[in-house]
Amino acid sequence: MTQNILMSIDASMVDWARAQFAITAIYHWLFVPLTLGLALIMGIIETIYYRTGNVFWKDAAKFWQKLFGINFAMGVATGIILEFEFGTNWSNYSWFVGDIFGAPLAIEGIVAFFMESTFVAVMFFGWKKVSKGFHLAATWLTGLGATFSAWWILVANSWMQYPVGCEFNPDTMRNEMTSFADVAFSPFAVDKFCHTVTSAWIIGALFTVAVSAWYLLKNRERQLALQSIKVAAIVGLVSSLLAAVTGDHSAYTVAKVQPMKLAAMEALYDGSEGQSLTAIAWVNPFEQPQYEEGGEPPLHIGIPHMLAFMATHDFNGFVPGVNDIIRGGYVNAQGEMEPSLGEKMRKGRVAIEALGEYRKLKAELKGEPTARQKAALDEKASVIGDNMKYFGYGYIKDAEQTVPFIPLCFYTFRIMVGLGCLFILFFAVTLFFFYKKDITKIKWWKWTAIILLPLGYIASESGWLVAEFGRQPWTIQDMLPTWIGVSNLSSNAVMLTFFIFLVLFTILLAVEISILCKQIKKGPEYSK
Amino acid sequence: MRKKGFIYRVFDLYYDGFKHMTLGRTLWAVILVKLFIMFVILKLFFFPNFIKQNAPEGQEAEFVGQQLVDRSGE
Repeated sequence: MTQNILMSIDASMVDWARAQFAITAIYHWLFVPLTLGLALIMGIIETIYYRTGNVFWKDAAKFWQKLFGINFAMGVATGIILEFEFGTNWSNYSWFVGDIFGAPLAIEGIVAFFMESTFVAVMFFGWKKVSKGFHLAATWLTGLGATFSAWWILVANSWMQYPVGCEFNPDTMRNEMTSFADVAFSPFAVDKFCHTVTSAWIIGALFTVAVSAWYLLKNRERQLALQSIKVAAIVGLVSSLLAAVTGDHSAYTVAKVQPMKLAAMEALYDGSEGQSLTAIAWVNPFEQPQYEEGGEPPLHIGIPHMLAFMATHDFNGFVPGVNDIIRGGYVNAQGEMEPSLGEKMRKGRVAIEALGEYRKLKAELKGEPTARQKAALDEKASVIGDNMKYFGYGYIKDAEQTVPFIPLCFYTFRIMVGLGCLFILFFAVTLFFFYKKDITKIKWWKWTAIILLPLGYIASESGWLVAEFGRQPWTIQDMLPTWIGVSNLSSNAVMLTFFIFLVLFTILLAVEISILCKQIKKGPEYSK
Repeated sequence: MRKKGFIYRVFDLYYDGFKHMTLGRTLWAVILVKLFIMFVILKLFFFPNFIKQNAPEGQEAEFVGQQLVDRSGE
């Protein structure tokens, strides 16, 4: 059975809840990378002012900080709506993740946000009130606060992809944290943080270069533009290279813990040893491919052995395809024989049945359990624990449900990587032109710089689409599918708020772009 | 001249900063409108806590447990 994305958009609660979460997250992610990226740029520029004492750099820092402030103000609280959605649309999920989500989000809110807010005030209000050194520290701490925030949100998201450091409690129906360090520093979280932050730095660099290029096109603010291009292009080149390295490591981690996501990203139906990396292939963008038939997509151009190396760090390593993961019977990244989907479904059903029986036994208790009752409860709890790893598979009825929508994963991955490579080239060329030519006279470069800014956002959002669509159908990998995590609400309610958000966020975005453009047109204020 | 205390200087930083804001006023207005829409309108009318609304107090685990077990048959 194939999925046709255009025909299967139905009014079910799950689809609208997913769409609403997606639109909220996508809009939120328009503001966050520029905050993180511009924080780095303005920190570097103010550091140059601190070291040189040249008031030009102070004026430059103040200009970029103003643009940072606009974006920061527009983006503030856009993420809170995601938390509202957890409690309303995703209530089973929200309860099930218990303290795992609560702790990182609490730390994010209390520590990181207050850190940002405090030092943002010093940054904007303190130029004439505090010493140069203190002001510089405040600027860096503002950026650090924002980055610290990102860490905790990404820890929460990483746990969804790779649930570690926890144990399920059948009494509270919650996953309870057994190791804070395992959650906070899981390899998935570390990879995700590094890759996300470096990609945000690219956005900051692209933004700075685009604004500067616009000034050069208009033949104004020449010195600001040139010096900002120099700083931003260096930041951009280093960030792009780091994003490539961290992206590669992310793929390695994904291969270990989310092999189906990797298979979807590659449109890999039947894996092999020494698997090639797909550079391009034709995958119908609107329909789930017939992966059950095996083979590879038409017009396939692969880079030999590269996927094997990315996934296993061995040019001849085995990378499972969609069908291999469904069939099982291969040695997985943990060195164990991968169970078949059928086996996982069986274990999941065992866990759910044991949970039902456990809760029934508990409900029948009158006071303290007898020794026999306690033994029965312990036995059920043990069965739940032994099979919890595949709990979510107990809800799966068909193999198709475990396969993400391959075309979207496939193309967004290529968009992200392709643009990432383009950015490396662009920043390298920019630096070459800056040092070896007269960049002010190269018109095609200026227009390229401007066009690359929206492409940077497309690359950034594509990365999140890969990450989140590739994890489907799981809200928590292998433990809770979307249709179980979702609340029993009418889809009409969710549909209404979906369109409210669409309008609200579009207005917010339009307001931000308008204020940003006005300030950019106004230009920096130079000290006398 | 006596150096002004820390608390005064903090107060002065914020007071003076807010008093002389120009663009900041617009941004604060946007922030406040946004927060009002989110917390007063959206949260109150559109985003209640589903479990609190539907599960008796103290019975949340039973409610979720029942959902998770019942839905395995769907």
